[in-house]
Amino acid sequence: MKLDSKIPAGPLKDKWTDHKNHLKLVAPNNRPKIDIIVVGTGLAGASAAASLGEMGYNVKAFCFQDSPRRAHSIAAQGGINAAKNYQNDGDSVYRLFYDTIKGGDYRAREANVHRLAEVSTNIIDQCVAQGVPFAREYGGMLDNRSFGGTQVQRTFYAAGQTGQQLLLGAYSALSRQIGLGRVKMYSRHEMLELVKIDGKARGIIARDLVTGEIERHSAHAVVIASGGYGNVYFLSTNAMGSNVTAAWKIHKQGALFANPCFVQIHPTCIPVHGTNQAKLTLMSESLRNSGRIWVPKKKEDAEAIRAGKLKPTQIAEEDRDYFLERRYPAFGNLVPRDVASRAAKERCDAGYGIEANDTNEGVYLDFSTEIQNKGKQAAYAKGNHNPTPEEITKLGKAWLEEKYGNLFTMYQKITDENPYETPMKIYPAVHYTMGGVWVDYNLQSTIPGCFVAGEANFSDHGANRLGASALMQGLADGYFVLPYTISNYLADEIRTGKISTDSPEFAEAESRVKDSISKFLNNNGSKSVDYFHKKLGLIMWNKVGMARNEAGLKEAISEIAQLKEDFFKDVYVPGTNEELNPQLEKALRVADLIELGQLMAMDALQRNESCGGHFREEYQDAEGETLRDDDNFKFVGAWEYKGDDITKEELHKEELVYEEIKIAARNYK
Amino acid sequence: MSAAKNINITLKIWRQKNANAKGSMETYKLDNVSTASSFLEMLDQLNEQLINEKKEPVAFDHDCREGICGMCSLYINGRAHGPDSGITTCQLHMRMFKDGDTIYIEPWRSKAFPVVKDLVVDRSAFDRIQQAGGFVSVNTSGNTIDANSIPIPKDDADKAFMAAACIGCGACVATCKNGSAMLFVGAKVSQYALLPQGKVEATQRVLNMVRQMDEEGFGNCTNTGACEIECPKGISLENIARMNREYLKASLK
Repeated sequence: MKLDSKIPAGPLKDKWTDHKNHLKLVAPNNRPKIDIIVVGTGLAGASAAASLGEMGYNVKAFCFQDSPRRAHSIAAQGGINAAKNYQNDGDSVYRLFYDTIKGGDYRAREANVHRLAEVSTNIIDQCVAQGVPFAREYGGMLDNRSFGGTQVQRTFYAAGQTGQQLLLGAYSALSRQIGLGRVKMYSRHEMLELVKIDGKARGIIARDLVTGEIERHSAHAVVIASGGYGNVYFLSTNAMGSNVTAAWKIHKQGALFANPCFVQIHPTCIPVHGTNQAKLTLMSESLRNSGRIWVPKKKEDAEAIRAGKLKPTQIAEEDRDYFLERRYPAFGNLVPRDVASRAAKERCDAGYGIEANDTNEGVYLDFSTEIQNKGKQAAYAKGNHNPTPEEITKLGKAWLEEKYGNLFTMYQKITDENPYETPMKIYPAVHYTMGGVWVDYNLQSTIPGCFVAGEANFSDHGANRLGASALMQGLADGYFVLPYTISNYLADEIRTGKISTDSPEFAEAESRVKDSISKFLNNNGSKSVDYFHKKLGLIMWNKVGMARNEAGLKEAISEIAQLKEDFFKDVYVPGTNEELNPQLEKALRVADLIELGQLMAMDALQRNESCGGHFREEYQDAEGETLRDDDNFKFVGAWEYKGDDITKEELHKEELVYEEIKIAARNYK
Repeated sequence: MSAAKNINITLKIWRQKNANAKGSMETYKLDNVSTASSFLEMLDQLNEQLINEKKEPVAFDHDCREGICGMCSLYINGRAHGPDSGITTCQLHMRMFKDGDTIYIEPWRSKAFPVVKDLVVDRSAFDRIQQAGGFVSVNTSGNTIDANSIPIPKDDADKAFMAAACIGCGACVATCKNGSAMLFVGAKVSQYALLPQGKVEATQRVLNMVRQMDEEGFGNCTNTGACEIECPKGISLENIARMNREYLKASLK
């Protein structure tokens, strides 16, 4: 199979405009004859479904939650990037493009990323027009802040709830289309199979999660916007229901899966508290605008803290190691996520971790300096040029509360500690997956008519995603890319007519789904789904996590093969199909996560280099920085399904071509 | 941080096979629950125990587990989202309970939110209210006006944001003696009423959303204020007052 990325010719800055000008169109009178299925209602799915509905297509949208408004985009905290240059700090489309390529450690496509930067400004305009209440300054203009891997302020935000506000904006647009009858919404439904006819995507099989009914839905095109696969690690910042099933089902039907080993481990999450823990909570990257990350300089201090004999506030300034500021003075606490996570792991591995849990894994995120700085500024702004220390502290805390109040409250509720008084304890956790279904420039997978958007595709973030770029990509794909590219595909479908669901292809797909369900329900095993999911998570975290090596990856591959066998032999799924059955839902999802986990380990094993979030211990320099191998690995690794045995999957390579940017070692020093 | 310890508890949980079945409270003993666990992790632990005993686990709604998706619900010891304020059930922690406690867990109780199974209810009425008018009628285009071309006073933007922070969980309805959805609808109407982008359709919006709310079988507001107290996002009663003003204005047009 030859991978054709379909990147348009011509100068980088004109590619998207020229391409759009030459894409085929579907006339308004023909659009009602065409059906489109959208799976997932996060930023990418909701914005795509709404936009396609507005255009006049018949859209069916699916989500497993009880309402489209609950998709996990809602939990994104910090913000969304856009090259508006409202702060006059030298930002531009080119700079956003450049930062994103560099942040991704030169493993993303130039053309896709440039398009993303171009449409970023339209996203902000669109959202404001929808009534998204972004944070504003006193003059009524939009406010911005900084995120990791940049030296400008281009991040738009709504307190620590930016994802919520953007998703509710997309949900409102979607709701309008549902109300108008142009989108039909299927909540509490899960896609369990893709139906292909003559090689083209022609529909899906979905399960009604309340009644258990297995339904056939046909369409002229299928959009998968089902999010990322971080839950392969069991513990992650993903929602409990986040899963890879829709993406994995199309993979098994012929869509290549690209760069599965590129996983983002986010540096600032609340550390693990115990074995019954079900999920991890993120503390927004925006906090690194104001917080300084440190561990004690002396090992004995770290030990005393873990033993409860010393408090962080008792450690003198000169005895603190602000390790990000020390190692990366140019970007300091705002280095990209992969860099910050590895640096925290390095300190904890060396014995300086401060958390009193099994692994001592935790570092401080300290706001005391910011309280002083902002407190002084606030006092001056009020005309008080000689404030007392108490006044400064009070005003500084009030400033923090306005910026990050909900995050501080969230932290306090979980940990029972007050972050205004004592530094937060944080540690890296699985957060986002850069890898995903391989798509061409039109966001079409290797299955004609099957498009993939948002986190579910692989396309824009290379080996590491910069903060505030996921929201940007989700909305870019759904609002401003898919409506054009999908029409180009559908232009050839105007004569197809309604697609029947009575064909043998639909019957076969349906029976595959029914078989797998009845296999689980009649398995009569002895262990819960979570038992196996947790085992998978541990293998993945220990061997395919923040640091990987050849021996560990080989072990992971064989351990997962064994786990898969045990799972199908011994899993116990209670209840029946004809009812709301969360355990059955989970079993179907975990089956796919197990297979994906194995592929991730294989991908990490073939990539004999370190880049972005993929850190192979064999490939690092004397200072522990990643060593990329551009001669041999400057490619997208896309895997082709070859049957039940995942180890038989075949790797295809899409060589990355850099015409505009001179590829170089990433340097944040 | 108070050190985590393990407690033993008794749970009284509403079990109901499906929407048409008759439900009842069932009793379960659960030992060795860490006080550092969240309330839903405690339910996970119960379900693991039930599965190991080959009994049917308890169905409950949950997803993000960080207080923002609005999927989790639960009436715990007679309070929506349990005995703490400003949180959703997934943010409730077991340190709020003592060794030997009996904890009562019920689904949201409201005519407009029928039980689907056990603790899971159907809140699609909220979606339909949103579909009736909870939006600005602007199509996707790359050519809306520049985001900064209409300055919005910070105070208005902040208030709109605070109203928009609603997560649609339904605690306001569940806790209201009348089963009223006025706080939910008021928050949405207010968000748009406070922003210039929402003003164009203000009349139609409030009339349509209120009509849909009434059709869904939600009760009326009698200014008790329980909704504001139990709202995990601190949505203010002012929003109901603002909606009433908007509704009056629209009705007089």
